[in-house]
Amino acid sequence: MSAPLLDIRNLSASYGSAQVLFGLSLELRAGEVVALVGRNGAGKTTTLKAIMGLVPAKADRLAFRGRSLIGLPTYRIARLGLGYVPEDRRIFTDLTVDENLETGHRAAGAGRSPWTPERLFRLFPNLAEMRDRRGSQMSGGEQQMLSIARTLMGNPEAILLDEPSEGIAPVIVQMMAEAIRAMKAEGVAVLLSEQNWAFAAGISNRACVIERGEIRFQGSMAELMANEALRAETLGV
Amino acid sequence: MDPSFLVIQALNGLASASSLFITACGLTIVFGVTRIVNFAHGSLYMIGAYTAATLVPRLLELSFGPVSFWAGILVSALIVGIIGVLIEVLLLRRIYGAPELFQLLATFGLVLVVQDLVVQVFGPQDILGPRAPGLRAPVEILGRRFPSYELVLIAAGPVVLGLVWLLLRRTRFGVLVRAATQDRDMIAALGVNQAILFTGTLFLGAFLAGLGGALQIPRVAANTGMDLAIIAEAFVVTVVGGMGSVTGAFLAALIIGQLQAFGILIFPKSTLVVVFLLMAVVLAIRPNGLFGRPETVGGTHAVGIASHKPRSSNWILGLAAIAALACLPLAADAYLLKVATEILIFALFAFSLQLLIGVGGLVSFGHAAFFGLGAYGAALAVKWLGAPMEAALPAGLVLAGTGAALIGAFVVRLSGIYLAMMTLAAAQILYAVAFQWVEVTGGDNGIVGVWPSAWASGQVPYYLMTLGLTVVAVFLLVRIINAPFGYALRAARDSEPRAESIGINLRQHRWLAFMISGAAAGLSGGLYAFSRGSVDPGLLGIPTSVDALTMLLLGGIQTVMGPLVGAGVLHFLRDQIMPLTSLWRLFLGLSIIAMVLLFPRGLVGTVQHWREERA
Repeated sequence: MSAPLLDIRNLSASYGSAQVLFGLSLELRAGEVVALVGRNGAGKTTTLKAIMGLVPAKADRLAFRGRSLIGLPTYRIARLGLGYVPEDRRIFTDLTVDENLETGHRAAGAGRSPWTPERLFRLFPNLAEMRDRRGSQMSGGEQQMLSIARTLMGNPEAILLDEPSEGIAPVIVQMMAEAIRAMKAEGVAVLLSEQNWAFAAGISNRACVIERGEIRFQGSMAELMANEALRAETLGV
Repeated sequence: MDPSFLVIQALNGLASASSLFITACGLTIVFGVTRIVNFAHGSLYMIGAYTAATLVPRLLELSFGPVSFWAGILVSALIVGIIGVLIEVLLLRRIYGAPELFQLLATFGLVLVVQDLVVQVFGPQDILGPRAPGLRAPVEILGRRFPSYELVLIAAGPVVLGLVWLLLRRTRFGVLVRAATQDRDMIAALGVNQAILFTGTLFLGAFLAGLGGALQIPRVAANTGMDLAIIAEAFVVTVVGGMGSVTGAFLAALIIGQLQAFGILIFPKSTLVVVFLLMAVVLAIRPNGLFGRPETVGGTHAVGIASHKPRSSNWILGLAAIAALACLPLAADAYLLKVATEILIFALFAFSLQLLIGVGGLVSFGHAAFFGLGAYGAALAVKWLGAPMEAALPAGLVLAGTGAALIGAFVVRLSGIYLAMMTLAAAQILYAVAFQWVEVTGGDNGIVGVWPSAWASGQVPYYLMTLGLTVVAVFLLVRIINAPFGYALRAARDSEPRAESIGINLRQHRWLAFMISGAAAGLSGGLYAFSRGSVDPGLLGIPTSVDALTMLLLGGIQTVMGPLVGAGVLHFLRDQIMPLTSLWRLFLGLSIIAMVLLFPRGLVGTVQHWREERA
């Protein structure tokens, strides 16, 4: 088995004096979808932010494609090919759809077919009809699509996706699932933070259960499905 | 009225609007991206004017013609752009996360540095630039002569607006700049290096300031007063237009240009009054300006007095200090007493500001307004009513309190940077009134013959009276700070929504704070007037406001007693160092910058911190 794309060992992070992550370890391999599931406040969002350098973090190892991310500024981490879609979407509301896509644009690595606005509009047909619309005039679901599309414009090798199903209509959640499958088909690895268990279970290869800033379980989705006691205790499902 | 006159006035208005817009546009772009109000923007404008006035004649000697002239203007603007890059890399980059007050002070430190450097580099005399080749002859419009260069200026504003619009709308740089204006972290998470974006923005802003200044050379001589004159106007334009909005700045500049052109017909002396009224109306209806939007960032930006358990030893220390000060006349000579009197006056002035900034989180950048109103109130009472000191001092206090009530009434609707800029503008208006209303205020010469009553006219009695009044005023202010009213102000400073949700009427509290603070500053102003025997418009100027801020910074913004110590130390240093050097402003400016970067706690704050660490 090859080395993991994203390798996290013993990650700790805190906001001021409040520690949130306590020695968390996980791996993401090329082309797989890993669900990071856990209750509200368990540390899912902080994990993703710590990887991106948006929260000060310490770790024995925090590496992407073999390069350590510790101490790198956020923009350098992104340039290594790690995309980030934050939970509150963070669309530039003054900018149009096309301009939002432009902010994410980065050249693709050698030998890969780059994401273009046209390809992304096939993935998210809703966006194609509103290319000149400002972010402020879009629904939550449309903003979520745009946020993902914007990150894909950077042609990342892996994406950190923070609660893409939160607060959007069920029909669009379906669309998100399709989009994640399409990314996977393109070979983009996804680390998905989710509270929507059904959504996560439907698209992920593996799962990590996080509780109070630590990983309680790491294994295949089938194993977690089978372990009802653990699910009831840590996820309430 | 003669229609041709109206047309010419309108054209004059358009020409000044263009110049103003080009400069203000740079300020608003820089603010939009960096969230820093760059006080030194006016200094960049001034450097642009000096550079062009020096460079263009040389180029015209080499080869006379329009190409040399315009190339000289552009090169001057480019040089200023590069200076802007240096400022970003060396200073601004280090204070992006700092509280607004520190950002304003640091960039004002830069203003002081540039003022002295400009004199060193270009010499003390004003420099009138050459007229533009090919545009020397006036054109005739409706039978009146109008300078053709002004027509070029009128066109320059819309051209710059168009180019900036294209840059922001049609280039990747522009898209990223607009995105960064909104969410810096997200733009970094998309792989964009903000540092380059910010440096680029500063280049653009400084280039525009330099261009605005360079374009002035055929109209006005480059002079050392340009920086503060333009920055006040540019603040008004950006505030009225909405901070960060280029289109808003253009519209505001147009309105203000016309108001100034026709305001002369209504208030021949002070067109700034008309501008002020416009600003009041706009901000009353739209607190974020014409095209501005509510601040989404911020909230944690106020710094102020932290709560401390009062120590009983503080009382003893305070009483001992007062006793020592009261005994000072036994040991000191007349000169030292004069310095001590001034230190007490400035200590009260700085302390009154602490109520607004440290307690209320209201960054007033125009506190000189109240100091000056107090001084002028007292002096005017003496001059026009023949009032004795005993009546004139209260008159000054009442005038300052009333002024604070008026200014406060609508600045308390604002917050953060808007409040800082509005208070500064208000003080500048008063400065202009004192400067231009010669019949009443004596203009630049001010009012002389403001002497204390016979019983207080000696150095010793006046010192003791100042000490007594200062002690009483400071005591009352400390009581106010530690009363529920002071707690409410602090609560509002730390979190507006939380304070409001427990039933504190923010505006009412802040308004009252303005009046109390203004009245106290007015008392110090009155005392100052009688100690010197005269008043002049300088008391209302920006440097006076900055003096008070520097005293706060030096003493420690997070401490109650900091301003008193800061006033003493700054005034003493000024007294010792100023006679030795012609570069006092350079020294002061660099000190302010160094304090912001290295020593933000101030003297008292550092001692307090050290004591707490040890405990």
